[in-house]
Amino acid sequence: MLRRHHDMGGLEAGPVDPFGPGAEHDYAPWEKKVDAILRLVSDQKRRIMTVDELRRGIEELGPGVYDELSYYERWIASVTNNLIEKGVIDIDELGRRMAAVTEAWPAGGVTEAEPKTGGEST
Amino acid sequence: MAEDHTHDHPHDHKHPHPFQPDLEDKPLTHYQAMTEAVGELLIEKGVITGDELRAMLELIDSKSPAAGAQMVARAWVDPAFKERMLDDVLAAAEELGIDAGGIPIRAVENTPGVHNVIVCTLCSCYPRQLIGLPPDWYKARSYRSRTVREPRKVLAEFGTVIPEDVEVRVHDSTADLRYMVIPERPAGSEDLDEAALAGLVTRDCMIGVTLAKAAG
Repeated sequence: MLRRHHDMGGLEAGPVDPFGPGAEHDYAPWEKKVDAILRLVSDQKRRIMTVDELRRGIEELGPGVYDELSYYERWIASVTNNLIEKGVIDIDELGRRMAAVTEAWPAGGVTEAEPKTGGEST
Repeated sequence: MAEDHTHDHPHDHKHPHPFQPDLEDKPLTHYQAMTEAVGELLIEKGVITGDELRAMLELIDSKSPAAGAQMVARAWVDPAFKERMLDDVLAAAEELGIDAGGIPIRAVENTPGVHNVIVCTLCSCYPRQLIGLPPDWYKARSYRSRTVREPRKVLAEFGTVIPEDVEVRVHDSTADLRYMVIPERPAGSEDLDEAALAGLVTRDCMIGVTLAKAAG
C-alpha cells in the first residue's frame, strides 16, 4: 500500500519517552497565536478556510519539511499558504511584513535553522 | 534583578540578566516572524480584530483537563449521568456548564475487562475542549505510529502495565470525531466527594495512557 507521509499508523518507530526531553513543553505565545489565528479564520463568522484545508496544507509540505518543522511551524506554514491561495494576503506584502517584524524585533532574526522546541520526534 | 542574583555563573558580565530571559531576548525564527506578520496583516485588513485575537488566546488558555476531570468525577458518582455522557459527551458537558465545542467527542469507559487508549495516527486530533492542548508526545511519530500496532508496549513505556486478561481497545481519532477515556474509579475512593474524585483524574488517564490516581 502506498502511504502518504503523515499516514504513520502501524509503522515501526522508536519508543515513546513520556518523561524525556521533548515529551512536553509549555506552549509559547507565538504557538498559541498560530492556533488562535487558525480558529478565527476557520470560525463560523469567517469560514475562510477549514480544518481539512489546514491538514491538506500540512500534508502537502512533503516528507522533508514535515519532519523538519515543529508542530506549529507546520500549522502556520499551511495557514499562510491557504491565505495566499485564497487571496486574503499577498505573498509580497507577507515577505515585506516578515522583514519588518524581524527588523523591529529586539534580538533580530534567526537566519539559520535552530534546534526546535516542542517539535515532532522522528 | 541584575545586582541581586546569586546563581552560579561561568562568565563575568555586567549587562542586566533576568533569571527568565524575556521572549524578546531570543532571535525571532522564520516561522515566528511569519506568525506575527500574518496576525498583523489579518488585523489590518479587518479580517480579524485585535480583540478577537486576544479573546481567542484567552479561550485557548482557559481549556484544561479540569473540565474533563469534572465530567469523569460526575460519571463516577452518578450512573445516569455516565450513561448520558456515553451517549452524547457534548450534551453531558453542557449539563455541567462546560462548553465542549462543536466537534463530536465519544467517551469510552474503562472496565475491569477493558482498557481504552486514544491516539490520532494521522495528525493530532484530541479532545482539547475538555482536556486542553495535547502534550508533544501525543503528536510525535512514536506514539502515532505504534499505539495502533503495539498498544501494550506503548502503555508500558508510560509505566502502565495492562494485565493480559484485560482487553486493550485503541481509538484512532479523526478531525470529525474525538475520544476521551473514562478511567476506572480507583479502589478506596468510596468516601471521597466529587471534587476530591476530580483530583484523581489526570490528563493522561483521560488519554488512556495511565490509570486514575490512587485514592488517599
